[in-house]
Amino acid sequence: MDVYSKRKYLIIGLFSLTALIIVIRLFTIQVMDPSYKISAENNVLRRVVNFPARGLIYDRNGKLLVFNQAAYDVLITPREMKSFDTLAFCRIVGVEKEELAKEIKTARSYSMYKPSAVIKQLSSQTYAVLQEQLFKYPGFFIQARTLRQFPSKMAAHVLGYIGEVDQKGIDNSAYYESGDYIGKSGIEKSYEAELRGVKGISYMMVDVHNMPKGSFEQGRLDTAAVIGKNLTSTLNADLQSYGEQLLAGKVGSIVAIEPETGEILVLASSPTFDPGLFIGRERSKNYAKLLNDPYKPMLNRAITSSYPPGSTFKIANALIGLEEGVLQTVRYSCQGPGSSPIKCTHNHETPLGLISAIRESCNAFFWQAFKAEINHYPSPAEGLEAFRNFLLEMGIGKKIGGDLYSETSGSIPTISYYDKYFGAGRWNSLTIRSLSIGQGELLLTPLQLSNMVSLIANRGYYISPHLVKNIQNYDGTQRVLQFDKHTVDAGRENYEMIVQGMEQVVENGTARLSAKIDSVIICGKTGTIQNPHGEAHSAFVAFGPKINPKIAIAVYIENGVWGARYAAPIASLIIEKYLKGKISPRRQHFEDEMFNSDLISTMKVEAGD
Amino acid sequence: MKARNNILLNLDWISVFLYLVLVMLGWINIYAAVYSDEHQSILDMGQRYGKQLIWIIAGIILAIMVLTVDSKFFAAFATHIYIITILLLVSVLIFGKEVNGARAWFEFGNVALQPAELGKFATNLAIAKCISQFDFKIQKLRSYLTLGAIIALPAVLIIMQNDTGSALVFAVFILVFFREGLSGMVLFWGFAAAALFILSLLLDEFRLLVFLLSISVAAYGVLRLSIKEALIGLLAILGIFGLIWFIDTIVGMGGSPIQLLLITTVISAVLFIAFGIFYHNKQVWRILLFFVFAIGISMSVNYFYKNVLIIHQRNRIDEVLGIKTDKLGAGYNVNQSKIAIGSGGITGKGFLNGTQTKYNFVPEQSTDFIFCTVGEEWGFIGSTFVVGLFLLLLIRVITLAERQRSQFSRVYGYGVACILFFHIAINISMTIGLAPVIGIPLPFFSYGGSSLWAFTILLFIFLRLDASRTENLR
Repeated sequence: MDVYSKRKYLIIGLFSLTALIIVIRLFTIQVMDPSYKISAENNVLRRVVNFPARGLIYDRNGKLLVFNQAAYDVLITPREMKSFDTLAFCRIVGVEKEELAKEIKTARSYSMYKPSAVIKQLSSQTYAVLQEQLFKYPGFFIQARTLRQFPSKMAAHVLGYIGEVDQKGIDNSAYYESGDYIGKSGIEKSYEAELRGVKGISYMMVDVHNMPKGSFEQGRLDTAAVIGKNLTSTLNADLQSYGEQLLAGKVGSIVAIEPETGEILVLASSPTFDPGLFIGRERSKNYAKLLNDPYKPMLNRAITSSYPPGSTFKIANALIGLEEGVLQTVRYSCQGPGSSPIKCTHNHETPLGLISAIRESCNAFFWQAFKAEINHYPSPAEGLEAFRNFLLEMGIGKKIGGDLYSETSGSIPTISYYDKYFGAGRWNSLTIRSLSIGQGELLLTPLQLSNMVSLIANRGYYISPHLVKNIQNYDGTQRVLQFDKHTVDAGRENYEMIVQGMEQVVENGTARLSAKIDSVIICGKTGTIQNPHGEAHSAFVAFGPKINPKIAIAVYIENGVWGARYAAPIASLIIEKYLKGKISPRRQHFEDEMFNSDLISTMKVEAGD
Repeated sequence: MKARNNILLNLDWISVFLYLVLVMLGWINIYAAVYSDEHQSILDMGQRYGKQLIWIIAGIILAIMVLTVDSKFFAAFATHIYIITILLLVSVLIFGKEVNGARAWFEFGNVALQPAELGKFATNLAIAKCISQFDFKIQKLRSYLTLGAIIALPAVLIIMQNDTGSALVFAVFILVFFREGLSGMVLFWGFAAAALFILSLLLDEFRLLVFLLSISVAAYGVLRLSIKEALIGLLAILGIFGLIWFIDTIVGMGGSPIQLLLITTVISAVLFIAFGIFYHNKQVWRILLFFVFAIGISMSVNYFYKNVLIIHQRNRIDEVLGIKTDKLGAGYNVNQSKIAIGSGGITGKGFLNGTQTKYNFVPEQSTDFIFCTVGEEWGFIGSTFVVGLFLLLLIRVITLAERQRSQFSRVYGYGVACILFFHIAINISMTIGLAPVIGIPLPFFSYGGSSLWAFTILLFIFLRLDASRTENLR
């Protein structure tokens, strides 16, 4: 035997030690560590999401406003791609070669193994062509999507749009995953939960190329997709469309409400946009364009802008005075342009009572009324507090919508505001007199103006204004939505006084030439709002008919010169159209004028407004 | 007739049995790895399992042929076989077909042959022949050079074929030399260098230097058999470092920790040398030699790593050491392979039920990553069984080698065991993330004719030699 034969033990020991290390390692990864089992399932199980059709949206008369259309995304799995005829591919789908290259690069940097969309929302025509050629492009596949389509281009602000959910949306809800669509604004957002339905999930076994190999556990874990619920909107599509036409060429908004129910008949904001711009291949380009438009077409001015209400506010002021019991019988004198501290620009009898004052929109009267209201309390602060609380009760200076997205509350100045501005105890009704005629720090949304008239029309209550009346159940029945009723108990006779005043406005007052309609009694109030930046704004609020009102409306036209110039004709045209179905020949010229007027091109654009 | 009977009688049937079991298990797992519901027949010759069955049958015929050759033939013609193999390795570089960036294949119609596989048993024969010469002494420098040349020649040619993994196998012959009397110090320095290689990649300069200084001080203590002296050395170094750090702070030079430690090291070394000269202390020189060697290795590691290795080789090393992980890039294979094996659990998912392998998540699953199928479908029990079978075969081969009368057969036997060991250890380790991915097959398991035949010939030459173990071959 040779001297080194003992070394065989060392070598066998080395072999055994290595085997032991391997077995220990096998034990840790196979027996101790469960994470590999999970990874293996993640590898092989694909959650296949079946997106349900989104609910449709109808107007109050059953006219279709929003429906779905199939579109197709092209996805790639970079690892499985082979070189392909880029030019031919680009020609089929209609994209630039550079754009495609950029998208592929992005997809590659995201993951070589997971699919990502490189071309989104192809039309079904393009899809048909591409589908036949797809075998030439390994690594490419197509996924169907539903897009929203708008048969008429109206009500873009009201209906809203959908888009891919952002990170915040994903974090806030267990439902959404990256790439899902979600309502971004309007009804699409407010009623997201009803419209979207419920995604169906099925688990498929797939191989490394993502090719399905069969269902998992015979589909026991799969859930079926539930389609979205259809909505019936409160909008009157014809009236909405008419309103948008009347607003053409102007910056402003219209809000019309059915007073009895709080249902919004028209909610138009101008300038507007084609809701179809948010779908299809060009949507991000269009979005950027709209975003950068100086007139801000995406802004829903009817509920997100707030303006000084001007003389339309005299209605609220009057109601407060009547509620306080200081205006019922009183007569105030007016010196016209010589009135102090606020001039009156109208030529009328003096002294005058409340009804005449509304008719003539007398500044002097309403200043004195305001003074009486404030001085009815021991201190100006308490007076203002009562004044403010009553306004809030009327739905002014707070959000009132039942189901509105992006509504702002407007604002009524508070005691602390004036204390800060003038010093505590250093102000009184005189200091804050501009409130009396709806100027100054007071800001209302057109929706609040419309709701204020609705309250008068109802003589003492309003229902939270809303955009959707019914939700369709799966059995075909309708679930009628209920919204809060707010009663403002100020005495029936007091409301009637204001109604009389408003009737006078249209019969003999500031709107007699622009708002009077044959055979229907309209009650209204004009407003001309001084604007330090340019032409005065034009506002008009109205309801009709006087008895058993069917429609309450507010129209606000920026730089519309004076109340009766644009706002009153527009409001009265809508009322006439709604109540009578057509415009009388006598008033046809108003319609022509509104359709064709152009205030925008001469308007000064304010930066950052 | 009598010689034939002798072979059958003297043949080691245990090894033959282990061989057949491993080959059949390999085939079953190739079947599972390639399996798809759409495949028609288990004998489908268009599929890999069909082809592998042909390779197996051919391999068994080859084994029988090897067994019929006279045992003296292998010793007598060892040199010739080696030279012919070298010539084949050269000509494949010129005439070979390039597959996956490696020019390593001869193609004859449908059959591809990889001469690198022949290189293993040819080199093994040449080494056995060389060592068994009666005037051979392994401790001589000349012997080192001769053996080194026998290994290096095929290894370099295989590296030129761009098949680094197969070339690395030749390093395992150092174990054979160790058995035949190579100094243990060579093995020790080899392992030390390997450990330093890994540490140099894992640790930053500062920690590496701290580590080397600590080891040196500890080694000095061991050599001097004195804890006291080691402690004095340690305190001295700490003191010097503290002093330098103090000076640096006061003067405000803002030296980085590694700069300060380098200065400390130089000052300590000078003091240490002075101490060695003054006290005529020989251990000082040994420690210094070790220290310089270690610094040299770790510096050359950085150079080697950054300038010699190709990026994908670097990535594979990084993956194993956990320096970088990229589960979708360089680490994809290993990660998917670990998922496959790890998801097998204790008893496995069952035959043909492995989702990872059946649905092709693991690349190269019928060749280099065949062990994934074992791990996934047969679980911890099945994997351990296979590892156990391999270990049994290795120990059996070593046992057989030790009973040889002639040194030639023993050396060849050790070569067989070590080559098999290297393949098994590295292949399985790389599928479970213990070794970098170097593309070498699992003996008897991996799909492919060349490797199966090469391992068959390698093993059966030894079994033939063992059947005539009483002869004296040179």
